Amino acid sequence: MNHLIIAPVILPAVIGPLIILWMRNDLLLQRVFSIVGTALLAGVALYLNVLAAGGEVQVYRLGNWAAPFGIVLMLDRLAALMLLLTAVLALAVQLYAMGSGWDRKGRHFHALWQFQLMGVCGAFLTGDAFNLFVFFEILLIASYGLMIHGGGEMRLRAGVQYVAYNLAGSTLFLAALGVLYSVTGTLNMADMALRVAAMPAEDTALLRVGAVLLMLVFAVKAALVPLHFWLPSTYANAPGPVAALFAIMTKVGVYGIIRFFTLVFPQDGVIESVVADLLLPAALFTLAIGQIGILGTRHLGRLAGFAAIGSIGTLMIAVAQFTPQGTSAAVYYMIHSTLAAGALFLIMDMVGARRGDLWLRLDRVMPGNGLVAALYFTAAIAVVGMPPFSGFIGKLLVMQATGAAPAMVWIWATILITSLVAIYALSRAGSILFWKSFQLSPAPATASPPVPAPATAGGPKLEPDEPIQDLGDAPANWLAVASVVLLLSGIVALTAFAGPAMRLAEATAAQLHNPDAYVSAVLEGQEGTK
Amino acid sequence: MELLLSSAIGMLTAAGVYLILRLRSFAVVLGMTMLSYAINLFLFSTGRLVVNAPPVLQKGVEVYTDPLPQALVLTAIVISFGMTAVVVMMALGAFLEGGDDRVDMPRADRLPGDGDA
Repeated sequence: MNHLIIAPVILPAVIGPLIILWMRNDLLLQRVFSIVGTALLAGVALYLNVLAAGGEVQVYRLGNWAAPFGIVLMLDRLAALMLLLTAVLALAVQLYAMGSGWDRKGRHFHALWQFQLMGVCGAFLTGDAFNLFVFFEILLIASYGLMIHGGGEMRLRAGVQYVAYNLAGSTLFLAALGVLYSVTGTLNMADMALRVAAMPAEDTALLRVGAVLLMLVFAVKAALVPLHFWLPSTYANAPGPVAALFAIMTKVGVYGIIRFFTLVFPQDGVIESVVADLLLPAALFTLAIGQIGILGTRHLGRLAGFAAIGSIGTLMIAVAQFTPQGTSAAVYYMIHSTLAAGALFLIMDMVGARRGDLWLRLDRVMPGNGLVAALYFTAAIAVVGMPPFSGFIGKLLVMQATGAAPAMVWIWATILITSLVAIYALSRAGSILFWKSFQLSPAPATASPPVPAPATAGGPKLEPDEPIQDLGDAPANWLAVASVVLLLSGIVALTAFAGPAMRLAEATAAQLHNPDAYVSAVLEGQEGTK
Repeated sequence: MELLLSSAIGMLTAAGVYLILRLRSFAVVLGMTMLSYAINLFLFSTGRLVVNAPPVLQKGVEVYTDPLPQALVLTAIVISFGMTAVVVMMALGAFLEGGDDRVDMPRADRLPGDGDA
């Protein structure tokens, strides 16, 4: 039993309270501790990836209790990969939050950030269904605080909607767990898999209800149509860096679906393909509505939000195949879409900081127009899935994985047509933001060189009465730019090393589609436990 | 017993769903509370209904009730209580900032209105 397996949960759980109790009023100290904590988390995640690369499922028994009774953490390739993805995204976005000064606009940003990471990491690691619920609640509570960070009427209103929607989702989660417990009599995921597999086919009616309820819960988190209504307004009103971090939150939902419906309810098992039959049409609608939403919106935050919904659609199409090939395409695309969505939110926030608001309309030429435009251009290519970036490879993999599916015509048509819509929508947004502004006012571009003055005004939707910070404390613009470049270089690396990344994704999928290994790792060889 | 419990869960759920579909945040919060009560009762029943039986091992006792759902309900109660407090605070914040407690987003969220700079 390797104790570092639980480190991704313990580390933020220690640093978060430390920040609140000890350095509440010292932003510099908060920043140092928070960034060091996240960097350590990334280091641990890297180590856990090496550990998981051996191919064995690592089990951590909390309190050394025997498996179906005590809570276990499971580390496999997928969990390790998601941990690393979380840590890298959090590190980059945190740098942005510091560089842009977002973490100064309210209290407890860094503490909430650490609690958020604790919840996300715990959800990826746990092997117990009720424990998963608890970690979901931890990440949600932290996200409520982060979502309304900085305050303001619109943000609070959107926050109330977000909380209400997710409370309903949590209720549904408990209902699903209750049904599953009453049918199987266990909450340990590996044990549940055994009992589900042993269940006679004529007794599975309640089990199917439980499985579909669980799928609905994860679909709420992943913002799958028709349960996506919370996302656009939440992401549009959340602070930019928080929206960027939320890119991993939707992936928690996707992770839940992959985990439960490969381990506990495999497609060739007793509940048959009831979940896949529901997921695939939902995924197609998600993709279509996401990409059409990009075209329809006039708000940059919503634009990035709909782009995130679209990428979830593509991802779910691959997941809904429930084949090793589909899952490996999903894993690859998941890495790409998390980085791309994070980068897009940050770039939108940069635009907002330079223009004063986030509406997509003609305005003065913003300072640093060329740089932001270049970043936007790169991120947009990645988001829509055009060559040369990993989005293209990802979409190609998804199409390849669905080539033999019965609904292949629908899937390919949706992917290709919506890609065209997204290309048009994002290039229209880009040309309005970065090019047409020159027609409106060619003068200010030369009159006001990119001095940091407008950038000091901070993020979008500043309240009119918000004090402008003193100049000595001015946000480090270069740090903000560097963090976006970091995320984009992640996408470039994913493209350049597509071969190794794909082999990793294939190994992950192969491990996921062999659930017996999980069951035996958790339930066998328990000598020395209590 | 079964009829009483299931009808209570059903009525609480129905009232909760009706209330969370209302337009005012106070009604929504009430609805959330009802829903979480319904779910707590439901979780309680997932270990099957046993009356007057201890959950912990004792000498000379043959019939037990399942202790796990009780632990789950305890966790769920704590979490839903905390969540209710959070949503009340946020609804209060939105009410104080915005002047009304409507749940839907105002027009200024979708279209550039007079509120923005």
